[in-house]
Amino acid sequence: MSAKQKRILSDNAIWLILIVLVIIMTVANGNFFTVANLRTLLTGESIKGIMAFGMALAILTKGIDLSIGAVAALIACVTGALVQPADLATRVLSFGPIPGPLAILIGLIMGAAIGAVIGWLVAYTQIPPFIATLGAQLICRAASKMFTTRPVSNLSDSYRFLGSGDVLGIPMIIIVFLILLGATAFILTQTRFGKSLYAIGGNAQAARVAGINVELSLVKAYILCSLMGAIGGILLAGRAGSVDPANSGLSYELDAVAAATVGGTSHSGGICRISGVLCGILILGVVNNGLVLMGVDDNMTNVIKGVIIIGAVVMDMRKNVKKA
Amino acid sequence: MSDKYILEMQDIVKEFPGVKALNGVQLKVPGTVHTLMGENGAGKSTLMKCLIGIQPVTSGKIIYKGQEVNYKNTQKALDAGISMIHQELSPVMERSVCDNVWLGREPKKGLILDHKKMYNDCVLLFKKMGLDLDPNEKMKNLTVAKMQMVEIVKAVSYDCSIVIMDEPTSALTDTEVEDLFKIIADLKKKNVAVIYISHKMDEIFRISDDISVYRDGEYIATDKAENLNQEKIIKLMVGREITDMFPKVKCKIGSTVLKVEGLCSGREVKNVSFEVHKGEILGFAGLVGAGRTETMETIFGMRRKTGGKIYKDGVEINISSPEDAIGNKISLLTEDRRGNGIVGLLSVKENTVLANLKAYGMPLNHKRMVEDTQKYIDQIRVKTPSMETPIQNLSGGNQQKVLIGRWRLTDPDVLIVDEPTRGIDVGAKAEIHEQLSQLAKQGKAIIVVSSEMPEVMGVADRIVVMHEGAVTGVVSRDEMTQELIMRYATKQV
Repeated sequence: MSAKQKRILSDNAIWLILIVLVIIMTVANGNFFTVANLRTLLTGESIKGIMAFGMALAILTKGIDLSIGAVAALIACVTGALVQPADLATRVLSFGPIPGPLAILIGLIMGAAIGAVIGWLVAYTQIPPFIATLGAQLICRAASKMFTTRPVSNLSDSYRFLGSGDVLGIPMIIIVFLILLGATAFILTQTRFGKSLYAIGGNAQAARVAGINVELSLVKAYILCSLMGAIGGILLAGRAGSVDPANSGLSYELDAVAAATVGGTSHSGGICRISGVLCGILILGVVNNGLVLMGVDDNMTNVIKGVIIIGAVVMDMRKNVKKA
Repeated sequence: MSDKYILEMQDIVKEFPGVKALNGVQLKVPGTVHTLMGENGAGKSTLMKCLIGIQPVTSGKIIYKGQEVNYKNTQKALDAGISMIHQELSPVMERSVCDNVWLGREPKKGLILDHKKMYNDCVLLFKKMGLDLDPNEKMKNLTVAKMQMVEIVKAVSYDCSIVIMDEPTSALTDTEVEDLFKIIADLKKKNVAVIYISHKMDEIFRISDDISVYRDGEYIATDKAENLNQEKIIKLMVGREITDMFPKVKCKIGSTVLKVEGLCSGREVKNVSFEVHKGEILGFAGLVGAGRTETMETIFGMRRKTGGKIYKDGVEINISSPEDAIGNKISLLTEDRRGNGIVGLLSVKENTVLANLKAYGMPLNHKRMVEDTQKYIDQIRVKTPSMETPIQNLSGGNQQKVLIGRWRLTDPDVLIVDEPTRGIDVGAKAEIHEQLSQLAKQGKAIIVVSSEMPEVMGVADRIVVMHEGAVTGVVSRDEMTQELIMRYATKQV
C-alpha cells in the first residue's frame, strides 16, 4: 500500500467504524435498518448535530462553547412565546402572536448577539472560553427560567414548520441539517475566515503576524456557534411543539462536544474536518438508537458512549504522536 | 575494532511516511569532540533523535560501549549516560531555575523533596560552570541566552559519557559562547564525548577533533578537523562549490519608500529615525537586546507605538496591527520562526498562502493557491515531499524558505527580515541572500536585521547600528568595518 493510500485510509478510518457499527446493529436487530427507523435516527440526531457544527468551530480555535444548550433553551422560550395563540390562557406574553418566520428571525438575531458577547469576552478579555461560556450557560438557563416558569406550548404551525414539517416526504429538520452541514463545510474550506480559524487554532501568534484579525475571527466563530445553538432551539421547539425552560436542550452542549470530538476535531486546536464531525454525529446516533432498539438500559448506553468518546480521542492522539 | 569508539552507529535507516530521512548513515565517535555538519534536512538532528530514543530507527545498528543498544525513550538513554541539549528549548517557564535543573530527578528525603539540597547543589553547579544566576529566579524572567545556558548546565550535570549539543550557540551571546567552550574543554578533560551540531564554521574549527558531514540523509565523510577547512567542508556539505556567500547585485537606489521618524515603543525603542530607499538593502546591527527586533515589530504593528511617525512613499501611515502593515505593503519575516512564524499543523501550501488569503476571493481559488505555492517551492528550492506535507515535518531551513515564500507572495514594497538565516546551513543561507539581492534589484526596499556581522556587512548597502533602544550610528558601505560597527554597538564612540 502506498503512503498516500495509507493516509487516505487512516483519515477515513472513522467511516469504517461507522459502517461496522451499522452492520452490527442491523444484524442484532431487524428493525434497525428500516426507512422508518433511520428517519427517526436522523431527525433525532440532527439538532445535536447542528450544534456540533458550531461546537467544532469553537474547538477548532482551541476553545469550547458550553452555553450552546442553554442558548437553545432561551431562544426557544422567547421565540415560542412570540407565536402562542392570543386566546391561550397560559400564554407567556401579553401581546402577539407574530408570524412564525419573524419570530425565527428575532431568535437568530438574539442568538448572534449572545454569541457576539461571548466572542468579545473570549477574544478581548482573554478569559478562557471554558469559563466565559460556563458563565453564559448559567445566565442563559436562568434567564429562560426567569422569562417563564411554565412550559411554552401551543406554538403556531408556521413557526413549527422547520422542526416538524416536511418537503416531498423529507423532514424539514433533516433539510436544515444538511444545509448547515454544507454551509459549515463551505466556511471552513472555501473562505478566508475558515482558513483563518485553522491558523488561529494552530498558532494564534503566527496568524496575527500573517495579517489575520485574530480577535474579530474569534468573535465571528462564537457568533456562528451561538447561531447554531439558536437554530437548534427553534428546531427543538418546533419538533416537540412546546419548550420547557428548565429541561429543553439540557446538556446538549456535551453531546455536541462528544460528536465533534469523536469526529476528530482536536482540542489542542487547528484540526477539524466537517465530514469527520458528520461521522461523529452518526456514530453516536447509531449507538444511541441501536442500543435503545436492543433494549439496553440508559446507564449502560451512557457507559458505552463514554468508552467510544475516550477511545476516539486516544486513537486520535496516537495518530498525531506518530506523525510528530 | 569497535572498542576504539564509545559510540558506533551503523547503516542507520529512518523512514517517515513519504521521506527517507536517513539512508544507511554511519557515525563513529571516539571519546572526543565530534562535530556533525550538513545542510538543513541532512539528517543530523534526526540521527541524534534516533540515538536517544525520541524516534525509533527503521533499521540499523547502534553500538554503545561495546554493546548493541536500542533506547525506547530519552530516560533510558539518560540512564545509560547519553544526554542531549535540544535545538528548541522546552523549559517550564513558571518554575524556578533550580526546579528546572532537577526536573524529573529531584533529590528526596524519604518521600518529600529535599529543597535545600536542590538549592545548594544548584549553586555549586552554577559556580563550577561559571554561570551567574539565582537558582530561585523564575525561568520566564531569564533571557533566551540564559535559558540556553541553564539547559546546557542541566545536560552536563547528569554526569554522562556522551553529551549531544544541537546548535547550542544559536541563542547565545559571545561571552556565553566562551563559557560554553570552557565547559566543553572541561568535559573533554573528563573523557566525556561531545557530539556537536552547528553551522558556525569558526566555532567548529575551535572545538572539534573530528568532523562528519552528511547530505540529504546520506553519510558523506569523516575526517580530523585539522585536515579540513571551510571551503572543503562547504563543498562536502552542498556537493558543489559556493563561490559567493553574499551575491550582492549592484542596484540603482531610488526614492525613499519608508521613512521612520522618532519612533518610540515603551522602554525598548527610543526615538529611532531612519529611511530606506527603493532598491536598497538596509542592515540593522547591534548586540542582543539593542532593540532592533522591537523596532521592526513596532513598525509592523505587533507592538504598541508610543511615539513617532511612519511615512510610506511620503505619506504618513497609521499601523496598529500586522493587518494594517500588510495592507500598506510592508512585510516582516519574524525572528521567532516557531513562535509566530509557522503554523506547524498546517501544510506547506496553507502556510505559504496564509498572509495572502485576501487575494483568493470567495470561494477560495484553490487552483491558484496550488500554482502560487508550486512557484515558490520551485523558485526558492523548498525541499518537501509534497505541498500537502505539514510544515512541522520540514527542517528549519526549509520552513524558513516557506516563510520567505509567504512574504514574497504578498508582493511587499518593504520587506523586513529579522535574523533570516539563524540556524540555517550555508547552502540555504547563500540562497536566501541571493533572494534578498534579487528583490532589491526589482526595486523593493529591504531591511535586514542580523546579529551575524559578516552577513549584515555582506548584504547591506548601509547599516544602522543600535544600542539599548536607540540608533547610535549609520555606516555606509564604503566605511564599513567590523570595528566601527562594534564601537557604535557598544556605544564607545
